[in-house]
Formats: sequence, structure tokens, C-alpha cells
Amino acid sequence: MTVGAIVIGTSAGGVQALSRILPGIPVDFPRPVLVVIHVPARRGNALVELFGNKCKLPVKEAEDKEPLEPGTVYFAPPDYHLLVERDGTIALSSDELVNHSRPAIDVLFETAADAFGAALTGIVLTGANHDGASGLKAVGEGGGMAIIEDPASAEVPTMPAAALQAWPPARVMNIDQIIAFLQEPAAR
Amino acid sequence: MADTLDDIEIQLLLEALYHRYHYDFRHYARASIKRRLLQARVQLGFGSISAMQSAVLHDEGMLPRLLNYLTVQVSEMFRDPAYYLALREKVIPHLKTYPSLKVWIAGCSNGEELYSLSILFREEGLADKTMFYATDINPTALKKAQVGVYPLDDIRLFTENHQKAGGRSSLSDYYTADYGRAVFDKSLRKQVVFSDHSLVTDAAFGEMHLISCRNVLIYFDRPLQDRALGLFRESLARRGFLGLGSKESLRFSAHAHAFADFCREQRIYQRSEP
Repeated sequence: MTVGAIVIGTSAGGVQALSRILPGIPVDFPRPVLVVIHVPARRGNALVELFGNKCKLPVKEAEDKEPLEPGTVYFAPPDYHLLVERDGTIALSSDELVNHSRPAIDVLFETAADAFGAALTGIVLTGANHDGASGLKAVGEGGGMAIIEDPASAEVPTMPAAALQAWPPARVMNIDQIIAFLQEPAAR
Repeated sequence: MADTLDDIEIQLLLEALYHRYHYDFRHYARASIKRRLLQARVQLGFGSISAMQSAVLHDEGMLPRLLNYLTVQVSEMFRDPAYYLALREKVIPHLKTYPSLKVWIAGCSNGEELYSLSILFREEGLADKTMFYATDINPTALKKAQVGVYPLDDIRLFTENHQKAGGRSSLSDYYTADYGRAVFDKSLRKQVVFSDHSLVTDAAFGEMHLISCRNVLIYFDRPLQDRALGLFRESLARRGFLGLGSKESLRFSAHAHAFADFCREQRIYQRSEP
């Protein structure tokens, strides 16, 4: 069982935002990082390769039932929901679309909040829909740290704005502040 | 994390379902079950999971409604076209050498996979010598599979998938449009046996040449996956084929040695030992 996790959700504009954030995570980062990004299924397959070349941490597609490892970035596979079980393993599902999406950010955030409680950090980045709002609320209600990308500087503000509305205590940061935060002991 | 009240209540509800109705979800992957049961609680209007448990224990009429939440009924025809293309190009040539064929669609849900295979086998000239066994634990889903009616809105995707799967005919040859629904030709289920069968609690089927079981095993924990794979192993004829979902694998199974990779990319395996 790992010491909590970071979950990140994003949609439109997300590849660019992640291209700044993920390579900034230091090599000795002690928690797993799970990412849901809405992209068309055929492009989803290319994400692991794209970010694998940029990141200091190993990047992989999440596999059903694998135990989460510290310092590893997991992407949800295209057309599957990504869930975390309470024993710290990954689960995939082909359940209904949630918020018109599969994978859905809410599904990852809500199950991770259930598994990790206060040891979870949830980050909602740029996006053009409302997925992730109730997920971030679950992270906050579970005692975890809720962070949203500042809607004022996000490429598409809809998603972070919706998350902020659902969970007003969330910390609002721009991308540089998020990168800096992930270097701090508090992120660990 | 310590169990919450919801977790305790869910565990008790699953025990209750098993003891009262012999539906065994106790070894299903829990995160997904929990999400769906919490959704059921809200949508069916119960104040707690315990209240829902009481209702389903005392009222058999609640069971099918709850089963519709506990079982996943999302599919599409020719879902993952590359899987069907691999069946067509790699598996079918082997199947053509048999005088008669048995195909088991395990966890057929509303029947999308069954109709896809039925169309594929007809296109490949195997329909007349094939018997299909379509099984599921959810009677409501099985009834839908027996009717073969899908929303017309889905047909565009189904048609696109069918073409990508190397379709040799037009999907429109197999259905008639009727008030927003696509009604599939009943000749597609002429040689189909529909049956209530549980991979969790029931026994093996005989001498199958192909078993297709896609996106069912991901809902099981490892011991339950092993049970199901043991059933498939027992049910397959020598050198019979097993097709799984794109994120499922035999890799960690105690039965892995009884199968060989046949088309690794599409998760198609062949029974190897005698």
C-alpha cells in the first residue's frame, strides 16, 4: 500500500498543461500519480509514449488489478474507467459513460478518495465540461487536498470553474504554482 | 482506510443476495460495485443501503431492479473491431475445418456480442453448422438479447464498427428500422440457445470451439477470475479458442499454462494441453 496518491483530471487543453506539470515531478516522488484526460480513443494510446519521453518518472497505461507503485504515472486506458480499490490496486471498468466520458474524472477521484482519504491530492486542470467537479468535492470531503488550476489562466476555464463551485475551499493555483507545489514536502 | 458504514452495509447486502437468491457478487471488484450500489440507493429512493437490503430480501420484485445496477449492460456491436477482424482472419480459417461448431458467449448481456458473432459467422459461411450458447446471470438482459432490438441512434456506430471489422455485407441487411429502433432479423438467433448461467456458481459447458467473454473478468477479483478461467478451460475442445476483453489477460492466472497466446494483441488464446 502506497502513502496516498495524486490524481489529476483534465480535458480540452490538458495535453499542454500536463506537458508542463508531469515533467516537473521529481524523480524521488513518493506517491503514484493517476491521470484521466479526455481524448478520442485512438489518440489515447499515444499518451504513454508522449509523456514517457518527457517525464523523469516512469509513465504507463494503468492495468487492471495492478498494485499502485510510488513514483509512477498511470494513464487511464482509452474507453475504460480508471478506479482505485481500497487495497491500493487499480481497477478498470467498462461501465456506462459518466459525464459523457469514459474514462471519467469523477470515477477516478471518487474511488481514490474512498481508498486514500486524507492522503489524496486531487488536481483539476483546464477543460470544457463539468467532469471532475463532484470528484474534487469527494476528495475535499474525504479530507484530501483539493487543487484547481486558476480558471483565469486555464486554457479552457469551464472545468476548473465548475470544480471550484462544487468545492469552494479548493486551493486555486496557476500551472507554475502547481509545479512548485509538487516539489514541496506537503505534496509528498 | 477503515471500512465506512457504506462498506459494511454493502458487504451485508451482498451476503443477503447470495443467501436469499444465490446471486454471488461477493467477489466482484468492489470499487465499481460500490459506485453502482450507491447510485441504485439514490435512484431507487432508499435512505440507506440497509433499507435497500431489507426491501430486496422481502420483495422478490426488487431483485431484477437491483440486478440491473449490479450487472453492467453496456456494449456495442463489433466493439473493438480489431478483435472481430482477428477472429475473421485468424480464428475462422481454423474453425472452417470442423464439421460442426459450438460457440459460447459468456456474459452476453443485451446480446450485442452475440449478434456480432452471428453476423460474422454468416458472412464467413459458418452459420449453418454453428450452435451459439448465449449466457448471462441477468434475466432482464437475457430477454433483451432474445429480442435483438437496439436504439436506432446506436446503429451508426455499430455500422462503422462492422465495416472496420472487415464486414463483407451491409449491417442494414440484418435489421429493419421501426419507430426509432433497429429490429434485428430473427434468423440471426435461429441457432442460439439462451441460458441463465453464472460463471461464479455454475458448472462447465461441453466442448466449445470458441468462447468469447469480453469485459466480464475485469469485474471479478483474482480468485473469481481463476474460477471462471477454469470453467473455460474445462469447456473448451482441444485447440479451442478463448477471446477476452482488450484489458483482460491470462497472465496472472493459475490456468495460464493450459493456454497459448494465439493473437496476443487481441487477447485471443488457444487451449494448448490435451
